[in-house]
Amino acid sequence: MSWTVALEAGLAALVLGVAVWTLSVRQTFAAVVAFVVYGLTLTLVWVRLSAPDVALTEAAIGSGLTGVLLLGAAARLRATEANSVAERPGAAVRVAAAALATLVALALAAAVLYLPEPAHTLAPQAMAELPATGMGNAVTGVLMAYRAADTLLEKVVVLISLIGVWSLAEDKLWGGRPGPLHHADPDGALAFLARRLPPVGIVVGIYIAWLGADQPGGAFPGGTIIAAMWLLTMMAGVTDAPPISRRWLRFVLVAGPVVFLAVGFSGFFTAGAFLAYPVAYAKALIVVIEVGMVLTIAATLGLLMAGPPERSEKP
Amino acid sequence: MTSATLFGLLGSVLVGLGLFGLLVHPHPLRKILSFNLLGGGVFLLFGVVARRGAGAGLGGDPVPQALVITGLVVAFAATALAVALLLRLFQESGSATLRNDAPADKDDGEAAGH
Repeated sequence: MSWTVALEAGLAALVLGVAVWTLSVRQTFAAVVAFVVYGLTLTLVWVRLSAPDVALTEAAIGSGLTGVLLLGAAARLRATEANSVAERPGAAVRVAAAALATLVALALAAAVLYLPEPAHTLAPQAMAELPATGMGNAVTGVLMAYRAADTLLEKVVVLISLIGVWSLAEDKLWGGRPGPLHHADPDGALAFLARRLPPVGIVVGIYIAWLGADQPGGAFPGGTIIAAMWLLTMMAGVTDAPPISRRWLRFVLVAGPVVFLAVGFSGFFTAGAFLAYPVAYAKALIVVIEVGMVLTIAATLGLLMAGPPERSEKP
Repeated sequence: MTSATLFGLLGSVLVGLGLFGLLVHPHPLRKILSFNLLGGGVFLLFGVVARRGAGAGLGGDPVPQALVITGLVVAFAATALAVALLLRLFQESGSATLRNDAPADKDDGEAAGH
């Protein structure tokens, strides 16, 4: 088993090195690239921690989408970097910050070393009740049944953050198209990829979402892959972002939470509690919720990436 | 040392590194980046707690794992909002400074102070 120990120690050192690189590299653009690498190495750590569902989500959202979002922002803010160098805090502040950060890290490390033995776990309870949910993947069971209220609220939080992003638009552009118009060579590699990849990517996204019931996967990574395909077509100029005033768009954005809430309230009548599922229909109801969620996640994440409206409705 | 302990210590160091970057980097985008790095460490600590709770045929306790998945999505949404605020600040004032005595002192200048 010693080679796995060496492998894990090497992986931890790699994550640490990439984290230091992310923080210390001078250019913001390079720092974002380092951050994407950081996210991908963390994905490997998640696999080592036997959490493949988290690994998929980390790779898709934590590293991929966040990386693209920050790369775009870094490119737009490049002109402001020179000025911010002059604002660097003095040595005293830096030493104090280092001391505080070290203290926090040491406290957390002590907490890790003195975690209670034997470890507290809900795994047996989660597995015992899992057949009643119709799910084969315990993580999906937690997300969609045991802790469905968390997942519902999270859907609402993501929607609210999109409303927050939209509300930053200038008054005269409200209802317009988000983000700048992208131009790419129509015969170039990007446009080619944007025509060929989405049919495959959308199928893969739906498959991963569907697979989440029994295998690692689920609505979040599946929806993110579909969102990424949409973004690709927008960046290549193959499609344009829709005006945010479109009724069908608003409908798609609320579909996930509305279906979730409707099933949740129907639980009062069919199973005696909010967000409770009658055992015979548990899997069917969860699949209905997930279909709505995948649609909404893909649309919401795509629009969060596109940003506030910057152009009037006419193309 | 078990692999859970090793990655737990890694998570602790990542939180410390992210906090340091958040405090000393003057550029707001670097602060957002550092905060996300810090978040990666916090999620990792959750993953370690989950790994220690392995049992019943599972490699880890699914409850903390599911919380991390929810957390990743919310962290992305918060990052998207923060980036949109920052780009709007740049659009309005032509700079991306968080200093209170910044030259662009419009009505909304105060909201950007910290």
